Amino acid sequence: MSVETSNDAPDQIIWDEVIPGGSYWSRVIRRGTTLRLIDLEGGKGVSFLCYNADNPVERYNAADTGKIQFNVFLTRGMLLYSDMGRVLFSITEDTCGYHDTIAGASTALSVETRYGPGDWKNTRANFLNCLAKHNLGKKDIPPNLNFFSRVKVEPDGALALVPEVSKPGNFIDLRAEMNVLVVLSNTPHVLDPGPTYAPTAIRAIVRQSPPPAPDDLCRTHSPEGERGFANTDALFL
Amino acid sequence: MVTISTTLDPERAIYNQVLPARKPWTYVVKAGQILRIVDLGGNQAVDFLVYNAHDPAERYSAADTITAQGNIFVTEGTRLISNDGHILMTVTRDTCGRHDTLGGACSCESNSVRFGLDKKWQHACVENFLAGLTQHGLGKRDLVSNINFFMNVPVSPDGTLEIVDGISDPGSIVELRAEIDVLVAISNCPQMNNPCNGYNPTPIQLLIWDAP
Repeated sequence: MSVETSNDAPDQIIWDEVIPGGSYWSRVIRRGTTLRLIDLEGGKGVSFLCYNADNPVERYNAADTGKIQFNVFLTRGMLLYSDMGRVLFSITEDTCGYHDTIAGASTALSVETRYGPGDWKNTRANFLNCLAKHNLGKKDIPPNLNFFSRVKVEPDGALALVPEVSKPGNFIDLRAEMNVLVVLSNTPHVLDPGPTYAPTAIRAIVRQSPPPAPDDLCRTHSPEGERGFANTDALFL
Repeated sequence: MVTISTTLDPERAIYNQVLPARKPWTYVVKAGQILRIVDLGGNQAVDFLVYNAHDPAERYSAADTITAQGNIFVTEGTRLISNDGHILMTVTRDTCGRHDTLGGACSCESNSVRFGLDKKWQHACVENFLAGLTQHGLGKRDLVSNINFFMNVPVSPDGTLEIVDGISDPGSIVELRAEIDVLVAISNCPQMNNPCNGYNPTPIQLLIWDAP
């Protein structure tokens, strides 16, 4: 793949898998490794949840992630916070620039409304099946992330999707700062305008991460981030 | 729909209590009943969660509520949608104008990140929610993104989100009609480190009327 940079030695790669459109996927991304999600064809978004793999009652918190960083749109340098004041993932690279933290998950009703009758895979049903395999369920679904998706918010609060913002090959790198259980659904964004149901494949690559340098962007980005890492590192002393 | 609630008489309320500053509250509001929340002192954030009283795994979903109405703010006419796509409550009256769905609840842990590691000892909304919800057999897994009534959290086109000075005057009112039997959990927000409570948490008033 052209998206792979030349400084990536092959032996750094722990896992490499293509996830078909419509499917769900989960994997524990261990502290010190990085998950790269590649939008192979420039698709319609990837819905995403994550948990402390060692204690999944701690999970991604959209509200804390937004207010701690004073922004609801995520990109390079920013962090995914848990509801326990700790960092799940650092976004160490991002070639897309648009990731939605607000609009949530498609449902059986939303996909039937959008695409008409059919056996369309939806995010919520995918999440539930995937979570069940980890002994998690309905109570474990907080507001999710949607990678490779842009929503806009008007001053009066109106929210809408800006379609087709992601180009083929766009990727985001998520460096695990604790052992993180990832649960994702490769299904179109809940506000996808349709009318065709057309999820496309993504690729997931997990690599060993180099130890963060003293001037690591994500670790030094803000005083809040430094405190978030202090809380996180304390788990591993 | 809206005109009904403007005529509600406090003398006829079946419940009428002042919730002191910083305190939690939970209550089962029956289908058809109307809950009024009064921001007595102004600019007091009221953190709010709501569940199907008979099956609390069904609960308010911020994302489903936002996408259903195409707007991030709760205001008069907003239907609070559950994670199963059902209407839990409808906002029948709102004299404030808009309410936050994105800021969530303060917690000891997030306070430590936002304001300083030594701030984790301060009281916080998650503590209130847990104190209230554990009385009903619920717990941490039942905490999801909540509504913050009377809290002003504008979002700029570039995504900038900030909790700023309030827009709620003393005596501001929001009223919600239960569409099914619901369990309501409130934290009268104790936050002291930003303007969400005007740096001075104050009491709120809670009233409930039977279906007209």
